[in-house]
Amino acid sequence: MTMLAIGVSAVSTLLFGGFVFSVMYGLQTGIVQDAGHLHIYQKGYFEYGSGDPGSYGISHYEELIKSIMADEQLNKSVQVVTPVLFMYGIAGNSARDASKTFFGWGVVPSDLERMRNWNDYNLKDTVKEELGLSDQDTEGGVVGNGMGRMLQLCDELHIKCKEKRPEKIDKAAKTVEDFSALADLDLQDKALDRSDKRPKLDLLAATVGGAPNVVTLYLNRAVGKGVKELDDSYVGMHIALAQRLLYGRGEPKVTGIVLQLKHTKDMPAVKARLQTLLSGKNGDFEIKNFTELVPTYGQIISMFAMIFTFLSLVMGAIVIFTIVNTMSMSVMERVNEIGTLRALGVRRDGILRQFLIEGCLLGGLGATIGAAIAVAISLSINAAGITWAPPNSVQPVYLTILILENPLFLPGCWLGLILLTVASSLIPARKAGRMVIVDALRHI
Amino acid sequence: MNEKDFVVCFDDVTKNYQLGKVVVPALKGITISIPSRKFTVIIGQSGSGKTTMLNLIGCIDTPSGGAVEVCGEAMAMLSDDRTSDFRARNIGFIFQNFNLIPVLSAYENIEYPLLLTKTPLKERRERTLQILEAVGLAEQKDHRPNELSGGQSQRVAIARALIKGPQLVLADEPTANLDSKTGHGILDLMHEMQANNNTSFIISSHDKQILDRAEEVFVIQDGLLVEHRGGSR
Repeated sequence: MTMLAIGVSAVSTLLFGGFVFSVMYGLQTGIVQDAGHLHIYQKGYFEYGSGDPGSYGISHYEELIKSIMADEQLNKSVQVVTPVLFMYGIAGNSARDASKTFFGWGVVPSDLERMRNWNDYNLKDTVKEELGLSDQDTEGGVVGNGMGRMLQLCDELHIKCKEKRPEKIDKAAKTVEDFSALADLDLQDKALDRSDKRPKLDLLAATVGGAPNVVTLYLNRAVGKGVKELDDSYVGMHIALAQRLLYGRGEPKVTGIVLQLKHTKDMPAVKARLQTLLSGKNGDFEIKNFTELVPTYGQIISMFAMIFTFLSLVMGAIVIFTIVNTMSMSVMERVNEIGTLRALGVRRDGILRQFLIEGCLLGGLGATIGAAIAVAISLSINAAGITWAPPNSVQPVYLTILILENPLFLPGCWLGLILLTVASSLIPARKAGRMVIVDALRHI
Repeated sequence: MNEKDFVVCFDDVTKNYQLGKVVVPALKGITISIPSRKFTVIIGQSGSGKTTMLNLIGCIDTPSGGAVEVCGEAMAMLSDDRTSDFRARNIGFIFQNFNLIPVLSAYENIEYPLLLTKTPLKERRERTLQILEAVGLAEQKDHRPNELSGGQSQRVAIARALIKGPQLVLADEPTANLDSKTGHGILDLMHEMQANNNTSFIISSHDKQILDRAEEVFVIQDGLLVEHRGGSR
């Protein structure tokens, strides 16, 4: 029973811990694939700039990227350095008389594609959604599923829409914000191919100078975003188009520079080096890491860590109770033997040590058997190919239990259980060591 | 006789046991000197105090009053650890119920005291096999205590008591759990071993047949020494 209790504790702790690691690594991988590890902004952008991206633009950003790539120390750790342009505006589907505010990401598609291959933890990869962007297609882009639905693009973008959109109750109350004429100007200006049959959106935003500007975005597909608010407003596009919308004919800038590192563990060192490097540049910059950019990451990890801690405490309490009970019984059954050994010349601490070693062996055997079972179960689950959608994601991932992938986790749990059993044996062992010899010898 | 000729010296030793609120005197002031290298018997009826006396001689209990000196060492001066070490080196025990360690074989039970004195492996093996031969249990060396008869178990206990070459061997009613024939055999063996090893044997018993072999006899009654037969006092 004691071995069973220790074994079950080892199995449950290792399996749940392995699952927590899987969530943590999976979540981190998803975030880093989409948004990288570190973002460089103009100082103040993070707090105040999202409503006024034009004022917080980084000019001469290409030089900055080159200097980062040229830095010997950074070059060893950095995998991708790419500019991004975030903006807000209004997207209109004039064909359906529908419009909606959007949150736009202007990116370099090939860089984003490279970022999507990041897999520092060697997680089993699921089939990824197509990016829908390419370097050559500067006018093309993607929208979130929710955004496409609201702009009535369900059929064109093959979005699953559960029911037919209800008719508007008060048609008169709606003022149609038709800015397609402005978009036509953009088409004329860029001499674009009007025969492009892809569904299109007209994107309206205020330029840095405050004037309204419109560009046409041809939609390649709709993509899923894990958070509804983002899914309902996301527009992804080539950075050149985003710059044309926000800066017009002015100097093209970006709102941020994204760095994806080869390994997450290098993040503090890279951040420190970047701070040194940027202090010598014109402009005042700030660097944010992905945990600051996506605070839900920390919250989710903390929640799982709390559950893991709680489970470990419960399991620990069961182990302590079982071991104290078993070792106390062992002492009671061997009172006469203890008396004999003491009479033969074994010291008090010799008896104490004997029972501690016994507890250690019991814990070691139980923990080893439990660990072996946990590893076997985890390997079976990992091979089964079960998928699930982690928090903040629509992309299914494989259910994996990462016990062996973290080198300290299994030995840590194993050693922890043994130490717990030894500590639990301490009270009965002390009692055995302190027995009065003649009383122990008289015991029947 | 001088002091070195005595293996045990008691000076007005008392021992009281607390049973709830009642204090029960087991020894009421015993002064005694037991000569070395003799086959000594402490005899008395059940409850007379002979086991208490043996416990004090064996340094597994402490007196309520008076002074106990064993093998020239004043017991009151020793810490618990040093008393344990003293027992490990100088005193062998033979118990009424044999008190063998059930999970160890006859060989391992006998070898155990040598582990406590950190005797090298080769010497341990030689001495253990030698004494197993001497007590006639060479064939049963791998038997566990539950595979041995009462007589065989007591032979193992005798071998265990003697293997380290102690100055003093204490036997508390060694034949009480044996039939008379086996008991005879055990007494013969103890007598022979005492003579061969030139060790001091102190045996507590109320078995009359043991008196025939005793060189010194102390009679205890109601916690007092009432008679001494032998060469010294």
